[in-house]
This record gives sequence, structure tokens and C-alpha cells, in this order.
Amino acid sequence: MNTEFLLAMIGGVLIGFSATKMFILKGRVAGISGIVSGILFPQANEWMWRVFFALGLLGGGLVLRLFYPQALENNFDNPMVYTLVGGFLVGYGTLLGNGCTSGHGVCGISRLSLRSIVATATFMLFGILTVYIIQHVVS
Amino acid sequence: MAQNLTALISGLVFALGLGVSGMTQPQKIVGFLDLFGDWQPALIFVMLGAISFHSLMYYFFKHRTSPLLGGDFRMPTLKNVTPRLVIGSAIFGVGWGMAGFCPGPGITSLFSGQSASFQFVGAMLVGMIIFKVTAPLVLGEDG
Repeated sequence: MNTEFLLAMIGGVLIGFSATKMFILKGRVAGISGIVSGILFPQANEWMWRVFFALGLLGGGLVLRLFYPQALENNFDNPMVYTLVGGFLVGYGTLLGNGCTSGHGVCGISRLSLRSIVATATFMLFGILTVYIIQHVVS
Repeated sequence: MAQNLTALISGLVFALGLGVSGMTQPQKIVGFLDLFGDWQPALIFVMLGAISFHSLMYYFFKHRTSPLLGGDFRMPTLKNVTPRLVIGSAIFGVGWGMAGFCPGPGITSLFSGQSASFQFVGAMLVGMIIFKVTAPLVLGEDG
């Protein structure tokens, strides 16, 4: 197995471990879009843990920056307008669709949720179509 | 406090997983989604690793009546596949393909200091706020 595949697998298990910890210890879904929107729009007693989770994400980013900076290397050279419009659609779409790669793609599929399986198939399909159009039709 | 510490460490481990796996590098996301070009399949193993670990653990613990640190389970209760779910996921997919980031990797990569990460996260927060503000108009009162 090549190193890139192995690292992807190890990283995936770490993500699965994190999701498991949130489920077993706290009884919550480790869905990032839900956590972020729950920080912006607080619900009673559900604000603080989300802030701590987000701080953990940022802290993990800092650890990567210090000890494994190549993980944060961005060679994509994306036109700024794509990043901005893409970011906007990610924010809007994940709230409309009640989840993103983590909440639907990891947590929901692990529970064999039909909604999450459909959501994941849909965002994968539209991600593939979008990259096809941008990389092979537009450019 | 134990619950907040759990969330903090979970967030940290989640970010490390994203970084180790390559999810925090937009060129790898786009390479993975570029099925009809120079396809890079590595990120399949992120899903495979995460789902196989989490589904196994979920299976062992799902019959518990409460989480180990107390409180209650708040798991998603919606069951139906709705137009809202499919349209929202499609919009998210378009944004993912355009930006090369999904929410977790965007936030994790803020410490890279690169402007693309800040542009992405800023625009994502605006998208979330616009959703919340317009939801009553778009979805009706029950939305």
C-alpha cells in the first residue's frame, strides 16, 4: 500500500476516533457544519461544547503548522472568486442539507442513515460535476 | 468541564486526522473529485478509515441509554429524504468542488496563514448567516 493511501487511512481512523469520542462520551454528532452554525446561532446548553470543539479544531491546525506543516500546504492556486463563492455555497448548502462531509459522510453513513447516504452521494456527485466543468470545460 | 474537555480533544484529534489524511490540502480534494481527469483516489481511504472505525464503535455503544459523561443523546431524528436535503447537499457539493475545502478542513487550515483559508471560512460564515436570515422566507414557517 503506498504511503499516501496509508496516511489517508490513518487520518480517517483519527476522524472516526474523534466522532466516536463525541458519541460515546457526550452523545453528540461530530458534524462540523452543525457545530459552527450552533456557535453562530446558540441553542440553550449547546453552545459551550461547540466552542470547545472549534477551539480544538483550531488548536489541531496549530499543532499541524508547528509539527507537520506540509499538511497545510495549499498549491491549488484557486481564483479568489471561486474560493469565495464556493465558501458561501458550502455555508448555505450545509445548513439547508443539515450536514457536511463529517456529519453526513462519516457519522451518518456509520449509522446507516438513509438521509446521510443520499446526502453524501449527492454532494460527491455535484462536487465531481463542478470540478469537471471548472477544470475541463471552463479552463 | 469534562464534557468541554472531551469536545476540545475531539476537535483536536479531528483536525489532526484531517491534516494527516490530506483533507486540508485543496489540491488533493480537487484531485479526488477530478474523476474524469488526473484522478487521485487516496481520499477514499479517509472515508473508509473513518466509517469503518466509527460504525464499529457505534454498533457496540448504540444500545446505551445515556452517554458515559451523562446528559442525553442528541442524535438526528429526521428520517425522510426530502427535496431540502438533496438540494442543500447539491449546493454544498458545488461549493466543495469550487473551493476545494469543506467546513472542517477550512477551519483547521486557518493556521496556515494563507488567505484562501480566511476567504473560505469568512464566505462560509456569511453563507450560514444568509441561510438563517432567509430560512423563514425560503422554507416557510416550519423550516
